[in-house]
Amino acid sequence: MAAIDVRGLQREYKSGLKAVRGIDFSVAPGEVYGFLGPNGAGKTTTVRMLVTLLRPTGGSATVAGFDVASEPARVRERIGVALQEAALDLLMTGRELMELQATLHGIPAREVRSRAEELIGRVGLSEAARRRVATYSGGMRRRLDLAMALIHEPEVLFLDEPTTGLDPTSRATLWDEVRRLKADGTTVFLTTQYLEEADQLADRVGIIADGLIVAEGTPAALKAEIGLPHLDISFAECSDLVQARELLLGFGELRPAPEGVDVSVAVAAGAAEIAPVVRVLDEAGFTVAALQLVAPSLDDVFAEKTGRRLEGAAEPVAAPA
Amino acid sequence: MTRVVLALARRAIRGNLRRPQYLAPLVIFPTLFLAVNVGGLTETTSLEGFPEVRGFLDFQLAGALTQSLLLGGVSTGIACALEIEGGFFDRLVASPIPRVAIVLGRLVATGLIAAVQVLLFLALGLAFGAEIVGGVLGGLVVLVIGVVAGIGFGAIGQTIALRAKNASTVQGIFPLVLVILFASSAFFPRALLSAPADTISRFNPLSYVAEALRDPIISTVSLAPSIEGLAAAAGIALAATGLSAVALRGRLRDA
Repeated sequence: MAAIDVRGLQREYKSGLKAVRGIDFSVAPGEVYGFLGPNGAGKTTTVRMLVTLLRPTGGSATVAGFDVASEPARVRERIGVALQEAALDLLMTGRELMELQATLHGIPAREVRSRAEELIGRVGLSEAARRRVATYSGGMRRRLDLAMALIHEPEVLFLDEPTTGLDPTSRATLWDEVRRLKADGTTVFLTTQYLEEADQLADRVGIIADGLIVAEGTPAALKAEIGLPHLDISFAECSDLVQARELLLGFGELRPAPEGVDVSVAVAAGAAEIAPVVRVLDEAGFTVAALQLVAPSLDDVFAEKTGRRLEGAAEPVAAPA
Repeated sequence: MTRVVLALARRAIRGNLRRPQYLAPLVIFPTLFLAVNVGGLTETTSLEGFPEVRGFLDFQLAGALTQSLLLGGVSTGIACALEIEGGFFDRLVASPIPRVAIVLGRLVATGLIAAVQVLLFLALGLAFGAEIVGGVLGGLVVLVIGVVAGIGFGAIGQTIALRAKNASTVQGIFPLVLVILFASSAFFPRALLSAPADTISRFNPLSYVAEALRDPIISTVSLAPSIEGLAAAAGIALAATGLSAVALRGRLRDA
């Protein structure tokens, strides 16, 4: 049985906006599923439907084996939720919030304190536990949010953009916790707009754009779909580029060289081809000034599928074929 | 569910205590109003038709208390709206608890705060020379009716918050609260109001709440006004709590 199973899920708002336009995907137990897309793509709407905060207007979805529309209470018992913009009561202390969350999840009164202490310690907030949440940094709030989502050891954990706006250290801490959860066998549904995050954490990735899933698979498979890695080479002095290109054709297809690069060649074997390439160029008298192995990224996948970049460059890239 | 309701009530009370700027008006406003009224309108007690009272403060205490309880309702609404704006409300909704517990938790807190408001204003009145003619029993009647009315006003505030989803809208009902209060017999006996104020006040449930709060202070406990007041307060509480629950369901459906 899938931990999450979504079939033709739709959400149309009263305004007529179709935020999610019929999506299908399935997440296996223990899997980390990265749900990737730009702002406004439909990620948060999808999460809100899966955690029973929003009713679907079409299609169906089950979480932990229960239908989100007809059995929402059962779903809520089995999930942990850390929504976008850590939803915390700033007037309470970290410990008070943890204890409240434990009570809301029906943890016996005698276990509430110890469970709260354990989780607070796990996310490194023991020293701040007695302070009001208003005094916490963004990273601390996110960690507390995550700890609260884990208080009842959920079968499925939903993390909606958990690292947006965090500094690199806080982001790394959260990534470590997600990896630990994966090792413990927790299913994690992670929405993010950071490609690196999905690449690092997710077993599989679903890319959503304009309310539709445009690609799905493991990060490696998605990247492999759109092409081979390539070597970007720059020479130290004005060289005979025609001869260089002829030599490099023996390794793979030549690609249009980006600005500042003399030759770009696709290399099927990736890093293993660097040494032979350099050797051939050296023997022919070329001095290599810079060489970079460029592997396709999830951003390339996103661009290939949607015709625009997910993060970074604002300018559109070539439209998908 | 009781455990969850109490936990949510405890949290709401903590929140109120840690946000004194929302609690202070519940005391300061009605107290200032009481002082101004008592200072300037004492002679009205000698008007023909004015009920038999020891002093104008005794008569006005119930008005101040009603005003304070109404402001408590506004404060409850603001707290609920802030919770929605901040996203914490979603956390509660995504928890495996009955939705009605979310509504009841805050109302239990509002009821406890209302009890403190009643005791505070009675103590204030006693300190400045008022007398509770109904004695301990009278005090208890005021306490019970005050708590029920406070819960009702809180439920109204919560309903508005669930519909409006933002604190500024809830804050905006403050002038309306004053209008409804002045269109009742909270500050002046119904018998001395001229048309159409007397008619409006007759149909204003606040009149019955205020009169029931006043009766045990200015006379021995009488059944009729107490029952009328309790019925009005309970009616407001039940209707508004129901509306609050409906508003919550509507909010979840339309979110």
